[in-house]
Amino acid sequence: MTDVTIIGAGVAGLCVARSLMDRGAQVRLIDRAGDVGPHACSWWAGGMLAPHCEGESAEEPVIRLGQEAADWWDRQTGVVHRHGSLVVSANRDRADITRFARRTSHYKEVNAVEIEALEPDLGARFSKGLYFESEAHLAPRAALAKLRAGLVRGGATFEQAEADPADFAAKGLTVDCRGFAARDTNADLRGVKGEMLVLSCPDVTLTRPIRLLHPRIPLYIVPRGDGIYMLGATMIEAAASKHVTARALLELLSAAYALNPAFGEAEVLEIGVDSRPAFADNLPRIRRNGNLITANGLFRHGFLLAPALARMVAEVIFDNETPEVMDEAAA
Amino acid sequence: MRDFYGTTLANGFMLGTAQYPSPAILAEAFKRSGASVATVSLRRESGQDRAGQDFWAMIKGLGVHILPNTAGCHSVKEAVTTAHMAREVFDTKWIKLEVIGEEDTLQPDVFGLTEAARILTEDGFQVFPYTTEDLVVADKLLNAGCEVLMPWGAPIGSGLGLNNLFGLRAMRAHFPDVPLVIDAGLGLPSQAAQAMELGYDAVLLNTAVAKAGDPALMAEAFATAIAAGKQAAEADPMEPRDMAAPSTPVIGKAFLS
Repeated sequence: MTDVTIIGAGVAGLCVARSLMDRGAQVRLIDRAGDVGPHACSWWAGGMLAPHCEGESAEEPVIRLGQEAADWWDRQTGVVHRHGSLVVSANRDRADITRFARRTSHYKEVNAVEIEALEPDLGARFSKGLYFESEAHLAPRAALAKLRAGLVRGGATFEQAEADPADFAAKGLTVDCRGFAARDTNADLRGVKGEMLVLSCPDVTLTRPIRLLHPRIPLYIVPRGDGIYMLGATMIEAAASKHVTARALLELLSAAYALNPAFGEAEVLEIGVDSRPAFADNLPRIRRNGNLITANGLFRHGFLLAPALARMVAEVIFDNETPEVMDEAAA
Repeated sequence: MRDFYGTTLANGFMLGTAQYPSPAILAEAFKRSGASVATVSLRRESGQDRAGQDFWAMIKGLGVHILPNTAGCHSVKEAVTTAHMAREVFDTKWIKLEVIGEEDTLQPDVFGLTEAARILTEDGFQVFPYTTEDLVVADKLLNAGCEVLMPWGAPIGSGLGLNNLFGLRAMRAHFPDVPLVIDAGLGLPSQAAQAMELGYDAVLLNTAVAKAGDPALMAEAFATAIAAGKQAAEADPMEPRDMAAPSTPVIGKAFLS
């Protein structure tokens, strides 16, 4: 049986642990907080499993590899909601819908009546939209908790330590899944700041993630169930991530208000900010240097791409393969 | 050739750095465009703790002139603070000055713009003001110390092209010695060519390239159009006329029959 040490208990670390255990490895996870939690940017994720929508700005591998995600999360956690996703814009920004449609596939164009039938609480506010029926979403923290529980049942251990991956690699096979913290050994990794809000708004019922297109302030809103909604959108080329700006809050809230004025009565439960790890092309990488494997760069696609990334890490270890995201050069 | 505060540019292509799908695509677009100037915006919050430095380092690595901008600033104070940050981060006196007056059209607040231009010029900055085609405002900006003017073609990000041809032509005629840049509103290379044909010295654009399906290819298309428009302006185009003008002699032909 192979013993593997995984550093970082975010979505990448947990998925890699799962896929290695499924191939018969004995794993232990080392994390600076000792467990899954708010220090990982996956804690603050939207949880949209929307490979086709992401195709609007992402490269082809994101669309293709992302299609593994919904089935994988469903199998591992059972908390996946398969209700598709809906893309709308204010009538004055209809050019953005046209553009989005040209760049993506696997959608159906929907009119005001059809939008209202899908999401009655959007009413007749939007006259044109795109419905991506095959897409899904999940609640990130619930999914991480389920995944963690399964790992522990299978014999995985969690330990708290400020780990230097090289120390562990000196003793045995190690996978570095630290996200942006791995910047120390991956100089080409950068942080992309994201800001999010969690609202409680029982007056509004939405079934699926909604993307509100806007030339300057795009918004997505993901239902968490029980009247809880996650709002996100911002993408700022900046690593430091302590606080949300007032402008980001204003923009997010006013976009939500445009979606349904009832959001004006919502209670703000959480305000979050994180630094998503990304390489220059916003695609993930696996790097190997002897006993040390690095799996990183999931950008805004943590839940969408971690299953595929984890599968490929297992292929590197057990099949001695060189998967498409393998990148020896900068290791 | 009109220069920009003493700097002669290899071509009239100024390209923005926002909204690209990834930094890798941004870099490719610059490579294919051959653009001589990169504009880059500083958000105030990231300026303070230098959080954007990875991105800025990448922009510096493009090897072109850098024109930092005060995009998104709505007051004189905000614009002046951002300009100071930009000077520190990019070690340049150049600043593209934007003071937004209207949220929906992103139309410049020309009063705030003139005041900020005066303050910054006195402080040693070389100001590239984002303005309208208004000649009186242009004159006041020159009086405030600006040596370059950047009138809009159309509202930022609209892709509508040159909305007021008469106004832009008048501006060129009125300020024959001032370098003029069409800033904002361009959606297609043909519009950039048209701007250069009017005798403008450069065009500045961002969305038209960044939001194209293939940004690098669109960047190259703009570069070709800008070069063509510049050549056309230098070649002294014919004057349009209302009647057909045969290009071959008609004497001796049976044209009266």
